[in-house]
Amino acid sequence: MNDILIGLAERVRQAAAAKAILRIRGGNTKASMAGVVSDAATLDMRAYTGIVDYAPTELVVTARAGTPLVELERVLAERGQCLPFEPPQFRDAEGRLAGTVGGMVAAGLAGPARAAVGGVRDYVLGALLLDGRGDLMHFGGRVIKNVAGYDVSRLLAGSWGALGAICEVSLKVLPMPVATTTLRFDMRQADALETLHAWAGQPLPLNASVWWRDTLAVRLRGARAAVAAAVDRMGGEHIPDDLGNAFWAGLRDQRDEFFIEARQAAERENSALWRLSLPPTTPVLPSFLDTLIEWGGAQRWIVAGADDTLVMHRAERAGGSAFRVSGGVGDGAGYATPLAPALLAVHKRLRASFDPDGVFVPGRPMRF
Amino acid sequence: MPDPGWANTVPPSMAPETQAPPPARAGVDARAGDAPERGAGASPLAPVGQEALVSALKGLLPAHALLWRAEDTTPYECDGLTAYRERPLAVALPETEEQVAAVLAACHRLGVPVVARGAGTGLSGGAMPHAHGVTLSLAKFNRILKIDARARTATVQSGVRNLAISEAAAPHGFYYAPDPSSQIACTIGGNVAENSGGVHCLKYGLTLHNVLQVRGFLSDGTPATFGSLALDAPGLDLLSVVVGSEGMLAVVVEVVVKLTPKPQVARCVMASFSDVRHAGDAVAAIIADGLIPAGLEMMDKPMTAAVEAFVRAGYDLDAAAILLCESDGTPEEVEEEIARMEQVLLRAGATRLETSTSETQRLKFWSGRKNAFPASGRLSPDYMCMDSTIPRARLADMLLAIADMERRYGLRCCNVFHAGDGNLHPLILFDANDPDQLHRCEQFGAEILELSVAMGGTISGEHGVGAEKLNSMCVQFSETERAQMLALKSAFDPQGLLNPGKVIPTLHRCAEYGRMHVKRGALAFPELERF
Repeated sequence: MNDILIGLAERVRQAAAAKAILRIRGGNTKASMAGVVSDAATLDMRAYTGIVDYAPTELVVTARAGTPLVELERVLAERGQCLPFEPPQFRDAEGRLAGTVGGMVAAGLAGPARAAVGGVRDYVLGALLLDGRGDLMHFGGRVIKNVAGYDVSRLLAGSWGALGAICEVSLKVLPMPVATTTLRFDMRQADALETLHAWAGQPLPLNASVWWRDTLAVRLRGARAAVAAAVDRMGGEHIPDDLGNAFWAGLRDQRDEFFIEARQAAERENSALWRLSLPPTTPVLPSFLDTLIEWGGAQRWIVAGADDTLVMHRAERAGGSAFRVSGGVGDGAGYATPLAPALLAVHKRLRASFDPDGVFVPGRPMRF
Repeated sequence: MPDPGWANTVPPSMAPETQAPPPARAGVDARAGDAPERGAGASPLAPVGQEALVSALKGLLPAHALLWRAEDTTPYECDGLTAYRERPLAVALPETEEQVAAVLAACHRLGVPVVARGAGTGLSGGAMPHAHGVTLSLAKFNRILKIDARARTATVQSGVRNLAISEAAAPHGFYYAPDPSSQIACTIGGNVAENSGGVHCLKYGLTLHNVLQVRGFLSDGTPATFGSLALDAPGLDLLSVVVGSEGMLAVVVEVVVKLTPKPQVARCVMASFSDVRHAGDAVAAIIADGLIPAGLEMMDKPMTAAVEAFVRAGYDLDAAAILLCESDGTPEEVEEEIARMEQVLLRAGATRLETSTSETQRLKFWSGRKNAFPASGRLSPDYMCMDSTIPRARLADMLLAIADMERRYGLRCCNVFHAGDGNLHPLILFDANDPDQLHRCEQFGAEILELSVAMGGTISGEHGVGAEKLNSMCVQFSETERAQMLALKSAFDPQGLLNPGKVIPTLHRCAEYGRMHVKRGALAFPELERF
């Protein structure tokens, strides 16, 4: 077995024996979202790096947790393939795109194409997990169809370290789309939502959408003929490809104008940035300071007053959930819709079964 | 429904474990913070008698919804894997969610195992009853509650048939994408339990990718919702383990599925190959070209001969292997894709190509593939259907290895593959009345599964582990991994009452299986390279 892996497992065993705690880290680009616990020693996964196996004709890649995400995406691009769910890339304190494959799975974040192509968990096929006892376990596999045993590897997507340190992952990858086009429309929010629902019900190659301040932009992706036919049918203003691609990348990485303004406002004006995950057909939620809508209505970024708990109530009433990304009073960032009691009990037992001594300090969304 | 003719007997070495039910922990509060010891299953306790059980359930259900006489419970003694039979103490057919919760709560109090059941079409014995348990049939949960065209979702009760969802969605221009071969009969609840696939999952995904929310009850009758109508929900993504958990984590009463716009056109290319290697390479070449076919299926020569005799669709009987490659979407994109597919297939050495020009012709191409099982049933008194998945690049290697096994075991095997996913369905032909054939068939099947694991694959692609593949789980997963899976079950079901004894083999069983194997000099499993 790999020496680095043996060393990582040994660290965990020692921590468990000493009743110490560990914070799992990769590139540290999501540290602020994860709510870093400064007094915890870190289990640094960056040394365990490299692509273990990549056969493009299998549509499967296996990478170690510390592999930089930019590196993985570069290797895939060389063979005309990609991670279709567009994991966001954030910068670390030094401004580098340091995100890792392990961090990508642990955070479970997906970009603009999420509603059309699925999220991180939909592409996870298998994983090697280091649990709180220091045991290494494989779950899932390297093939697309696999129902042998419980699919623990998919459960790791978005687990924020709650079940252990992700050491390796196998991911389904797809060919890069043949054609991509961005269209822009002037549209009020309610009309934009209705239009998106109508389009989504038609066989159109709709891959991403965003609405902000009376502008709707959509991205079409697919076979050349399908994209061309959809452009004819949908109308709108065609955005040049370089501009369009840069725009979607900015949205993916949350460095678009909206996010910059929202974060600045959260610091300056005592407001807060929320992420709402909603049934897409939830009607317009009125009277917030600013709103940006993605995923055909299913993801809504809201800027609201710092003490506005109405945001949370509205999200829950609509059948969704809310997460305060930055700013606000009280619990501050990380304030989120709580789990239902029955599920909370399952979560606690589940976490205890993987990490009985509570060695790992999970990210904020998993502290229950 | 015609009898599909699954293998119908089983040697003792493959028989599922009979387990006494776990103890009722009356008065013990399963505290949320309790850390279940990994692998610690609840210890056996004296089973509850039928009389006590029936009297406990009687007041909870209408009289016609509780069966316990042998003549009434016998129809429930197996699922699609008829080799495995067991009569439950009782069959409950609740009509309301309150009744489901009440039955679960009562069984929880008594420490009685509960096996949920949909249409009973599963192929791995997942719905086989527990000898000391209750079979909880969800047959009466058969209503489609809502088709929401704006949201592209259908809210259905768990006993609704897979195909019924597509039929109800059709007037809106939608369908439900996963299409297991049993779709006219199998229920969405069963699909959730097995994470069912079908012939279109390379492009459209498995059940997990097409389900948004599952609502049901934990083993003690507590209501629980997994997933949400949004694209994610707070906490761990429990939906991703509940889907495919074979009824061991929760009982499902309602499912919200995603609907997909019906493609305007679908066309299929049928390609012949003179060598299975060429056919295997063609599959890789299609993917390498950046194509994701809506369906990509392979049949070998014996299978083709069997289905041609059955459906007379004009298959090429000289071909060593036939590929069916389908494109769907708008007329423009289908035309573009079909042209690329034809080019790639020819370059890969196809000896004959035929592309459907009408829907009738396309369905004719598929008729043989869809009838592979009944066609095999005509060749032999019995057959055993395997279900492993391997990396696509190893398809030809596997076919050649199976040909070698046919010689060694003296049994014939027809092969149909979901080639696009690397999911194999070898059908081993045998006569169950001949104990020696049965024994050889069992070894043949186990060798295919072990070779699949050795090739980097898995023992089950879509039929589930159930009671059938418990031994093979010992090959694919280590002791620690299996113990962790048992602990995961305990987190949902601390008393171990939901479908106990399935999917995850006990340590003891794997030890026994290991010994048996070493003796026969077959593959030793603990150190297999795999992921």
